[in-house]
Order: sequence, then C-alpha cells, then structure tokens
Amino acid sequence: MELHGITKRFPGVVANKDIAITVRKGTVHALIGENGAGKSTLMKILYGMQKPDEGTIAIDGEQVSFSSPGDAIARGIGMVHQHFMLADNLTVLENVVLGGEKLYGIGAKARKKIKEISDAYGLGVRPDALVEDLGVADRQRVEILKVLYRGAQILILDEPTAVLVPQEVDALFDNLRELKAEGLTVIFISHKLGEVLKVADDITVIRRGTTVGTADPKTATTKQLAELMVGSELPSPETRESTVTDVAMLEVKGLTLLESGFTGAPLTTAAPADPSATAVVREEVAAGRKLLDDVSLTIHKGEILGIAGVEGNGQTELIEALMGLRAPDSGGISLDGQDISALPVRKRREGGIGYIPEDRHRHGLLLEAPLWENRILGHVTEAPNSKRGILDPKAARKDTERIVREYDVRTPGIDVTAASLSGGNQQKLIVGREMSHNPKFLIAAHPTRGVDVGAQAQIWDAIREARREGLAVLLISADLDELIGLSDTLRVMYRGKLVADADPATITPEQLGSAMTGAATGRLEGGDERPEQSEQSEDGDAR
Amino acid sequence: MMKIDKDKLLIGAAGPVLALVSSFVLTMLVLLATGLDPIEPIQLMIENAGYADIQVLIINQTGIYYLAALAVAIGFRMNLFNIGVDGQYRLAAMISAVVGASVELPGPLHILLIVVVAALTGAFWAGIAGILKTTRGVSEVVSTIMLNAIATSLIAWLILPKNLGVQPEGSNDLTTGEIAESGWFPGIDMGQGNGEIYGFTFVALALGVVYWFALNRTRFGFDLRATGESESAAQASGVDAKRMILTSMLISGGLAGLSGMPTLLGDTHTYSLSFPVGVGFTAITIALLGRNNPVGILFAALLFAFLDKASSSLDVEGYPKEITQIMQGIIVIAVVVSYELVRRYGTRRQQQKVGEELAAGGAIKTDKEVSA
Repeated sequence: MELHGITKRFPGVVANKDIAITVRKGTVHALIGENGAGKSTLMKILYGMQKPDEGTIAIDGEQVSFSSPGDAIARGIGMVHQHFMLADNLTVLENVVLGGEKLYGIGAKARKKIKEISDAYGLGVRPDALVEDLGVADRQRVEILKVLYRGAQILILDEPTAVLVPQEVDALFDNLRELKAEGLTVIFISHKLGEVLKVADDITVIRRGTTVGTADPKTATTKQLAELMVGSELPSPETRESTVTDVAMLEVKGLTLLESGFTGAPLTTAAPADPSATAVVREEVAAGRKLLDDVSLTIHKGEILGIAGVEGNGQTELIEALMGLRAPDSGGISLDGQDISALPVRKRREGGIGYIPEDRHRHGLLLEAPLWENRILGHVTEAPNSKRGILDPKAARKDTERIVREYDVRTPGIDVTAASLSGGNQQKLIVGREMSHNPKFLIAAHPTRGVDVGAQAQIWDAIREARREGLAVLLISADLDELIGLSDTLRVMYRGKLVADADPATITPEQLGSAMTGAATGRLEGGDERPEQSEQSEDGDAR
Repeated sequence: MMKIDKDKLLIGAAGPVLALVSSFVLTMLVLLATGLDPIEPIQLMIENAGYADIQVLIINQTGIYYLAALAVAIGFRMNLFNIGVDGQYRLAAMISAVVGASVELPGPLHILLIVVVAALTGAFWAGIAGILKTTRGVSEVVSTIMLNAIATSLIAWLILPKNLGVQPEGSNDLTTGEIAESGWFPGIDMGQGNGEIYGFTFVALALGVVYWFALNRTRFGFDLRATGESESAAQASGVDAKRMILTSMLISGGLAGLSGMPTLLGDTHTYSLSFPVGVGFTAITIALLGRNNPVGILFAALLFAFLDKASSSLDVEGYPKEITQIMQGIIVIAVVVSYELVRRYGTRRQQQKVGEELAAGGAIKTDKEVSA
C-alpha cells in the first residue's frame, strides 16, 4: 500500500500535509506521533471516513478512492477502533456476523468460519460467550476477528495497547505476529515507543501533520524515536526527592459501595477467560456487587498516592465517593482531621479538595461557556469569583487571565468557549483552576490523558510543585510510567478492593500489570530488601 | 478580543432576524396560495399599530407575555421544559381572584396579598412537577402537560356556584366575584378613551431586570446556568441537582402565577370563564425567540403582542386574522431551525479563529477539536 502527498485541511488548520507512506505487504508497520500529530485523521482517510483534499492512495499498485468505510472494507481494509464497537448483550458470534450476515449466514457456517479464523491466528475466541462477560483483551480479539471475518488483508489498529496491561500487550503482539506470518498487513498506531520497537517491521514518524521520517526498529532507540516525534527530548514523570510528611491529610476507612440497580456497563473488564470464573462474576452481579470493597487508605501531606488498576475496577467510584457525588454504604472519610463523610460536594470543595476529573468534558468544563466562566465552575462560592452570593466577573476574568498566562493555556482570549481549545489546553486550564484555590488534597484522575507531550510536562510540574508545598494527591492513571514516576506510594485496585501495594522506586510496569489483573496480591517486592514502609501497611487492607 | 465580541453580537442577532424574515416570507406564500394579496394585511396591521388605543393594548399584552415568557425562560436556562406555564397562570389567577374578592384590606396590602397568593399558587402547581421529577424521575414535560389538563378541570369545578363561583345576574358567565377597589392596581390613563396602561406592566419590566441580575450576577444564577449547560459538570462542581430542579421549577411557577396579574389587577378584577387562555403556550415561543435573554424576550413579547392586537380589524377588511396565528406557528419552527444553523456556524467560526491564531503561534490542533 502506498500513500502519496495526502493533505487534509480542516477550517483553519491543516491536519495532514503532504504525507507519504509505503507499507510493505506482510509486515507490521507502526505509525507513531504524539497526540494531535494527525495520526487519527490519516487513518480515517485510509478507512474512507474522510476524503483527502489532495493526494493518492494505492493498494497493490492500483489507485483507489474511498468515499465510505464500506468501500475500504471491500478493498480489504479493516479497522479496529480505540473504543470498541461491540454490543454487550450479544454473543461473540452475533457481534461478528452483525452487518455481515450475507457472508456466511448467521448459523453453523458462520460459527465454523469464526472457529477457523480464531484457530488460524491463535485468537482463542469462544463464539458463544456473551461480550459483556469478556475482558478488555478478549473484546479486542473479537474486534480483530470481526475485521478478519470480513476478509480484511490490511488491518489498522488505532492505539490498541492503550487499554491493556503489559501482559495483555505481549499476547496481542503474539497475535499480530501470527497475522503477519499469514501474509496480512498490519498498520499499528501508537505513541508508546517501547512497544513499537518490539513489534514493528517498519516505523513512520508523524509530527505536526506530516511525515518527518522513517526508522528501522532493529537499530533505532526509543530516544531517537522520541526526538523525531516531538522534535526534542521526552519529558519524564520522575519525582526525585521525597516530600512525604507524617501528617495524615486524607484518611479513608472501610469505604464500601454496593451496586444499586442496573448501572449499565459491567465492571468486570479484567474477568479471566475461563468460564467457571465468569459464572462466579455473574452471580456477584445479581447479589448487588461491591463496587468498593472495604477500601482504606491514608494520604499524608506532601505525598502522592498512585492507584493502579485496569479501568472499571472501582477507581471511578472511589473518586465519586471522595467527592461526595455518591454516598457510600459504609465507611468514613476524613480530611485534615475533620470528618467529611456527610458533607455535600460543595462543602468538600470549599474544604480544600481539588479535582481534576477523569472525563474533563463531562465533569470539568462547561464546553459552551467562555473560559472565564469555566474558571468559576466548581469554585463559585470562593474568592475571587464571588462575594456574599454576588458574582464578581471582573475579578474572575482577571484571575482567568493570570491562569492562562501562568499555565500557558494557548488561547486567543478568555472569551472563547472551552470547546474551541485543544484537549491539552483545556486540561491546563482545569489544573490551573484547581491549583488556584490552594487545595489540601487533590484528586488527579488521568491528568495527562489525551494531552500532548508539552502540556504533559507542564501538568506534571504543577502537581510536583504543589506536592512540595504539602499537597496530598490521589493519582489515578492508566499510564503506568506516569504512576510509577510520580507516586510516592502505589496501591493496586482490583474489583473494588485494594489488593496490593508497592514501592514505586523498585517496581516494574510488568509486576504492576500482573497485580492489576488480580494475579498478584499483598506487598509487591520489586527489588530486594527495601525497608518496609510501615505507614501504609498498618491500614490492614493490603493483606 | 473586541472583534470576537462584535461577532458574538452579530451572530446573536442573526438567529432571530433569520427566523422572522423566513416566517414573514412563508406567511406571504401562504396568503398567495390562498389567492389573497400578501402585502395588504401587513400594511393594515402596521396602520392599526399607529392608533393610540391599539398601542395601549399592545403594551398591556406585552407585559403579560413578558412575565409568562420569563417563567418559561428560567426553566429553559437549566434545560427544564415547563410546558405547564398556562395551567399555572390560570390556576393562580383564579385562586388569587377568589382570595382577593373575599377580603378587604388597605390598598397596598390587598394588592400584595393577591400577588403573593398568585405566586404561591403558581409555584405550588409547578412544584408538583418538580417533586415528581426529583423523587420519581418523571419527565417535567409530561407532568406539566398533564397538570395543565388537571388545572382546566379543577378550575371548571371550583368556579361552579356551589363551590367558589358566582353567577352574575342575567349572565351565562361564571366569575369568582369582584375584587374590592382597594385591590386594584392603579394604571396610567392615556386619556381620550385610549384606555390605561396596566400598572403591573412596570412590575413585569422590573422583574426582567431582577431576572438578568439573578442569572448573571449571583452564585445561584451561575449554578442554574451551569446545570443547564452540563448537569454532570455542575454536579461535580458542587451543585445539588435535585434541589436546583425543584428551586427553578418553583421560581418558574411563581413567575407564571404572576403573569395573570396585569389582567386581574388592572382590568377584569375577577376571574371568569372568559379570562384569556393560552398565554403560557405563546410564552414558550416568545422565550425561544428571545433566546431566554431578558431584552430579547421583551422584543419578542412586543412582536407577539403586535401580531395579536393589530390583527383584530383584519376580518373587517376581508382577511382572516388567523394569518397571524399561522405566522406565529411558522416562527416557532423557523426559530428552532435558524438558531441551530447560526449556532453551528458560530462554533465553526470560533474554532477556526482559535485555530488560526494558534497556528500563527506554531501550535497545532487535533482534528477532533476542529471538526467537532
């Protein structure tokens, strides 16, 4: 497959400019670049979701032009999206044949075909399992199978490893090698350099919407790739000197939250593959599953406590319980020696809890409102935003300008809506806002998700800075490097329980990964004979 | 920055203008299709509006619409659709008329009592929908529509002579009895038999100022607007969503209750079967057209009052005066369509601007933010 001179313009911005890539048949070709570099746009063009303004695409030497994903599928191109597109309440078989009923019917023939594909590439897919019982890695394999079932010769995988733990990533790479061995072509989009070097045969680097170079994975190092990718060295999340004090800021004791009614998506994303275990999980659901199970933790002044875990294992619920958005069934929370268990959200925020939400569009911003109103959000009762119930727009605007300046929010002014900023700049605004009220305790949920490298470094700096001044931080992240690099203490959350703890100085991402799938519990020993940190084992939940 | 502000103003005005122009054109097409002169009725209406007595009628009607539209708008600002303004308005007018007729107090106190009873009755009726929504999750659209129907039946029953009503001698009408003169709100007499402007019209305008201040300059208003823009973000910011729903429903109902006051205190001094109905429904259109903005609503209310009052003599000239209702109906549709068009255009334009300025500064944005 060859791409030549692909250019795509959006109003005001050139998303792709003169891109040229040649993908050899039967290889894994990695496409790397930081967030916002234009990778996803390029893939949408390849998959027929968007039309390029200029340039040509050729497959097997033949020029093609796609006007819809249907055209792309007909030419043997298949895409596995970052967010899975599966119907939870259907079986694997039903999901695979959905929309492709004409190929092999919906009965025995289809089942046979699925088995055939699954065996040929070692996917290990069970056609009759319900998708809602499958873990993330299994769902991904179903997505891959779905694409192969439709006869794809070229697979596009958009950030496939973002949702996987290291062990699952290795399994995925084994699958990819199988596919390659069978003569299929894989285009692999990522910004994780280590993974790319492990699996790719060729690497193309995209920066600011254009191809800036190619690399040979046999000789290239992550450092070289990083420099190509961002034009400079990658920032590291490393926190050097410890600022942990022995003054407890946040204490959580025995927090338990039961699932009430039907709340949609199952949280058993990391369910093991063997059917007997699956059955147990379902029983628990019926009995009012524990979303948080006796969670106890202490965060001290100047300490960053990181929580590792596959998404959906209770992290969201923990945050909501701490913020006061959900009332726990039992357990207590105290902040700075004061019991806040019964306080409403606003009182907790006034009491010094800062909040960088997991989903900034849903919980952190008013997208249609101007920046200065977003600066007021969440702190409407505090100075400088209001006095005695009356807003002070002048002071709020002035302070917004300060935040924009100090946190380097790239915007033409404070009257534009939050929606028109890029993700990184939105996040910087949120961080700036939360830090402006001198919080005692900060909840940082995925603080650098979807944020470009430059903004990432600034956000890390801001958190470190505040920690030095005695801030207690609860860090929840899917980025294990970020967790290990920033945290003073690490806990692992699995099915609503804190199952393990670790010292970030010695732990490896692999060890953390296995604890995240529930394979390891207790204290994870990274290296040898590190002094026990007594302060956290006395909580008694780490077993 | 000034430039963006100017743009904002232009884009803000573009929606209503587009809606009005297209509805005028469509109404003319309807007239043409029925074989009538499309220009003359409009000429006649403009001519009518030149008479002082019609002007007084228009101003009085504007005050009524203004109050009812504020009631709708406060709900709209937080994504609550109070379709029940009409029922709240009628029930409040009736109950307050009954209370007003049954007592006699010194002037200002009498008026105050009637006004307070009206506001409380409206708030109570809307509050039922609010409580149903916060406790049982019942959609306020459904419950307020049903409460309208219940209000109609309740009024019909209450106004029977065996209950609270009175049947004036030699009349088919039923009333709630005349309110004593101490409970009449003084108006401004325009002389020469032109009628008087209801005093309560000025209260309505003052409430418009209060509405603006409460919404834009108080914490409560910020919380309310935030809830309307994103309930999840507002909750995370510390707004108690349930309380907010109930509070704004009560305020909306209270304002709806007040919208019967200009007529009751300034004109009829009693609630009868011929008390004007449908005000609450027209108010929904007015709030939409006025973009929930107190100044915008004022102009929209004025326009609708003009359409109502200036069209009364069209029948005499051989034109059906219902054409103004057709026009009002078309405005509803045109408003929804044109506002969405303008909103999309505005968002695109702003993102383009941000993109340009940032591109000049060397930054690049992802496709998502630009195309979204």
